[in-house]
Amino acid sequence: MNSPANTANIPSATRDATTWEQGKVVRTMKQTLRIYFNEAKAEFLMRLRLPGYVIPTILFPLMFYSLFGLSHSQAALAGTTVGAYLLASYGIFGVIAISLFAFGVGVAVERGQGWMQVKRASPMPRFAYFAAKIAMSMLFSLIMLLLLFTLGIVAGHARMPFTAWVGLSGTLLLGVLPFAAMGLAVGYFAGPNSAAPMCNLIYLPMSFASGLWVPIQFLPKAVQHIAPFLPPYHLSQMALDRIRGGFSTSDWVHIAALNGFTLFFLILAAIGYRRDEGKTYG
Amino acid sequence: MTTQSYVAGYPQQTPAKVAAEFCGVSKRYGPVLALNNVSFRIHRGEMVSLLGANGAGKTTAVKLLLGLAAPNQGTIRIFGENPRSPGAKMRVGAMLQVGKVPETLKVREHIELFSCYYPNPLPLPTIVEKAGIDGLENRPFGELSGGQKQRVLFALAICGDPDLLFLDEPTVGLDVDSRRTFWREIRAFVECGRSVLLTTHYLEEADALADQILVLNCGTIVAEGTPAKIKASVAGKTIRCSTLLSLDQLRAIAGVSSVRAQKGQVEILTSRAEIVLRELLALDATLADIEVVSTGLEEAFLEITRREGAGNQNETKMEEVAL
Repeated sequence: MNSPANTANIPSATRDATTWEQGKVVRTMKQTLRIYFNEAKAEFLMRLRLPGYVIPTILFPLMFYSLFGLSHSQAALAGTTVGAYLLASYGIFGVIAISLFAFGVGVAVERGQGWMQVKRASPMPRFAYFAAKIAMSMLFSLIMLLLLFTLGIVAGHARMPFTAWVGLSGTLLLGVLPFAAMGLAVGYFAGPNSAAPMCNLIYLPMSFASGLWVPIQFLPKAVQHIAPFLPPYHLSQMALDRIRGGFSTSDWVHIAALNGFTLFFLILAAIGYRRDEGKTYG
Repeated sequence: MTTQSYVAGYPQQTPAKVAAEFCGVSKRYGPVLALNNVSFRIHRGEMVSLLGANGAGKTTAVKLLLGLAAPNQGTIRIFGENPRSPGAKMRVGAMLQVGKVPETLKVREHIELFSCYYPNPLPLPTIVEKAGIDGLENRPFGELSGGQKQRVLFALAICGDPDLLFLDEPTVGLDVDSRRTFWREIRAFVECGRSVLLTTHYLEEADALADQILVLNCGTIVAEGTPAKIKASVAGKTIRCSTLLSLDQLRAIAGVSSVRAQKGQVEILTSRAEIVLRELLALDATLADIEVVSTGLEEAFLEITRREGAGNQNETKMEEVAL
């Protein structure tokens, strides 16, 4: 050590004594909340400026609803109208895309290209990264649902009590969680380039087989038997119950199934994370 | 401060003066031993350079110091704490080798986000000035040039006003001008009494910046010392010539540090060109096409680490090789 460095060291040492005691972190609740808020804001701005993300996730549900929901919107279907029924289907279709791609592609790219390591080397609370992606997915989903519901009311003759609208929105927003977990698992196993095709390979067949494009009762019997093994099926059955009003006992089955799927994907993601840790990727 | 005792053999020193410590650390990735029983210390106010070729273990050392991976053996302490502890992370800044960062975020947004992780971040104008990114604040990261991106990553590394800074090959891919500007910025940072660990494969860079150089090769430290000491051990001349002497005969000549065949000629690396040349002329009357050039520092350094690796004599200190 040379002498100029020694003298310059003094202010740094006094600062240590006041702020740092045996490595205890002095961070107030307010500061922690600010980190979470800023992290979510950055995540939202980052996604909002990616047309490749915004256009398919927001516009595709609106487009599909316009194509299939408007022509026979007042026809009866499964205890409600086509116009209302398809709001649940395409709403879920959008929610899945928003959360699956934000996590699947987001985590794979940020992990594979070194950005995640920079974050992990920083004192950012580790959960803030994931919380930001969940918050962003919910906000995007809310925007998409508001647009879709407006279209449904104006052009699709969808009519239901206010409580049903709230119940439907709440169910679909919570529906972000299982698909976020699914995306996380993809993100930890896929590379930065393979994540997007992999998400599509899961997303499109899964949506079809769960009855999101064509109502489940019109699908072949074989597909109807597969559907209960897919998370979107359970979410759509719950959403339809919100539209019809009332809570049926089968909703408990759907809630249990969705929780089970979420747990399963989180465990899968944890395995991927462990496999990944200490290797080249962060 | 911690009462943990450190590995024997180190001069006893108050831990307060040590910013980072690496004690008998080994790290294995599958069959590859990336680091083999490596020990070193970074003191307060000191700039240490970890010098080595690609794959020597530099990045692994940085990852371990940042708590991004755990060692298989040995202890790592940052200001007396586990590198994974939030207390250690708050006092550390890092510039890693990053392929890409979110490109749609503006420079200002990146810096503001990172600043809020730390208890006493530098004010934005100070960060902008120190990192030399004036005028780029409102540009999306993706629109910046390579050199500008590196400077933004440097800004993210210093925004928390860290006491210890890790720079992992910060100037790779920069042109000579940008590199020198960058060196100035790094030097300005250390002048405030901070500690820096810089990894590089440019000896010139280590020489320009560091107080101490550690030469890493195949996971072991093969030489350490001040830049002057390291330079003295590798500087020399290269003699190119056509000769009938075998490589082994050439190696036997006093003063020859290494020999290799090159396009029908031989290249002899030596620190005493005149003596070796006289000896060559005496031994081989047919000696022809003689050319004597100064060995670049980089070249000499690469030559020696290459030889070290090929001979698998990692314990040999560089001084011994050069003498």
